[in-house]
Amino acid sequence: MITVRGLTKYYGSLPAIQDVSFDVAAGEVLGFLGPNAAGKTTTMRILTGYMPPSAGKAVVAGYDVVEHSLEARRHIGYLPESVALYPEMSVRAYLEFMAALRGVGPARRRKQRVDEVMARCQVAHMADRPIGKLSRGYRQRVGLAQALVHDPEVLILDEPTVGLDPAQIIEVRDLIRELGRDHTIILSTHILSEVEHVCQRVMIIHEGRIVAEDTRDRLRARLKGGELLYVEVAGAPSEEITAGLLSLPHVQDVRPLGDNAYQVTCTLGSDIRAGLAQFVVQKGWQLLELRRERISLEEIFLQLTSDEPRPDQAPAGR
Amino acid sequence: MRNAFLIARRELEAYFISPIAYVVTAAMLVVLGYFFSVILFVTRQASLRPLFGGSALIVLLFVLPLLTMRLLAEEQRSGTIELLVTAPVRDGEIILGKYLASLAFYLLMLVPTLYYPVVLEVFGRPDWGPILTTYLGIILLGGSLLGVGTLASALTSNQIVAAVLGVGMALLLWLIPSLAGFVSGPLADVLQYLGLSSHIADFAKGIIDTRHVVYHLSVIAASLFLATRILETRRWR
Repeated sequence: MITVRGLTKYYGSLPAIQDVSFDVAAGEVLGFLGPNAAGKTTTMRILTGYMPPSAGKAVVAGYDVVEHSLEARRHIGYLPESVALYPEMSVRAYLEFMAALRGVGPARRRKQRVDEVMARCQVAHMADRPIGKLSRGYRQRVGLAQALVHDPEVLILDEPTVGLDPAQIIEVRDLIRELGRDHTIILSTHILSEVEHVCQRVMIIHEGRIVAEDTRDRLRARLKGGELLYVEVAGAPSEEITAGLLSLPHVQDVRPLGDNAYQVTCTLGSDIRAGLAQFVVQKGWQLLELRRERISLEEIFLQLTSDEPRPDQAPAGR
Repeated sequence: MRNAFLIARRELEAYFISPIAYVVTAAMLVVLGYFFSVILFVTRQASLRPLFGGSALIVLLFVLPLLTMRLLAEEQRSGTIELLVTAPVRDGEIILGKYLASLAFYLLMLVPTLYYPVVLEVFGRPDWGPILTTYLGIILLGGSLLGVGTLASALTSNQIVAAVLGVGMALLLWLIPSLAGFVSGPLADVLQYLGLSSHIADFAKGIIDTRHVVYHLSVIAASLFLATRILETRRWR
């Protein structure tokens, strides 16, 4: 549904993104993860036709975003980071305006569609309020509603939960997950738990480059370099247990954590829990606890982006 | 084209909410009304020619850029432009829609001035031909000024800057013919033709000269074309 190849954008001589390439299949929810100024917004703005790339190409729903910009834009619903809406318009008037602009017609169908998205985004009870008088949370929902109003195949959501309170964040995430069933979605965030909750695939962008891209689960595994097990074994000195565990197949490393606890690193894709349990019992030791440790994306993220800031490193735009 | 009308309608509705539009209308009506009554008392002629053929029109140079200053500057400042230009709408349609809204509001502003000819009709016997051409003239003049103002608004994200730019460009256009006295030959004619002020007096005399009509339409087209290009290049920053 979305194909991006070698996308590069310079602001003056500063590269905002460099050689960004990725694909998003129909019906997929892709999380765009990165710290502020990593190039998320720039990439999204190019996809939505807000600005052209300096080099590279992007195709959305079969249309090149530069050459067939209008056609591509028809198939995209966009929630910009700033969610700037006309403050003097009522929610309903604004949504009808956006619907008309995006070619939803005739008037009756448009009205019906506006009612639908207002209900879906839970702003129906605010329909006649001026947007300027709404809270940040409601404005965000109106922003989401306008992105949906023409029922686009592709949704591009730039930081959709920024500025919301925890309850609203959960609501918006649920809504996005639900939308993910029949839409292709790219959403950007610098909050890790968000991608973990909503996205099937994650792309980590840092300083304008994609540093990792994979499914959520595989990325987790790939970055930690192996499977992690947490084991508590009693009945022998620590050194003896460490050596014993190390002798097992697939085990790469054993780290005593104290209090009979050990962290065991195994090769990727292996599951040695059964073998380990058997081994411990054979040795006559007591197995107190054995569980798989999942590394959170948060750690991945830190691992990926915690390189030392260089003195020549200028903010790379957004 | 349909998109331009959609944008124009939204923009026109925004005018009615904005206090600036009312202040601008009031200012224009006060100045024109004052001139109308003074001129009428002094000349005792049932004609709009002294009013709309002369310097009272300068008020338009100052108030119409206030009408257009918001059009694009405010969208660029607040960021609402982002959803407008990512909608399936051409940049030219955005500019045209904005311009048409200001033109429509200007026409509405002119409606109250219709009582001038009505007053003339009640107390005298005005010649309606020149009055009609006078209105054509001030509509064209206003159209040009609004075009220039739209261009000024596209150039910046600050409304005040847009207003000052608009007034500056309007004054410049208005005053070009006064330079004609310093040069001679064809250049003087060119300067004379380029000036906004050269293309209004004939309408008040009852003359519709195509040169004047073409001049105003050219100013409008050039302004809107440039504004569209500016909107396009903003994307390439």
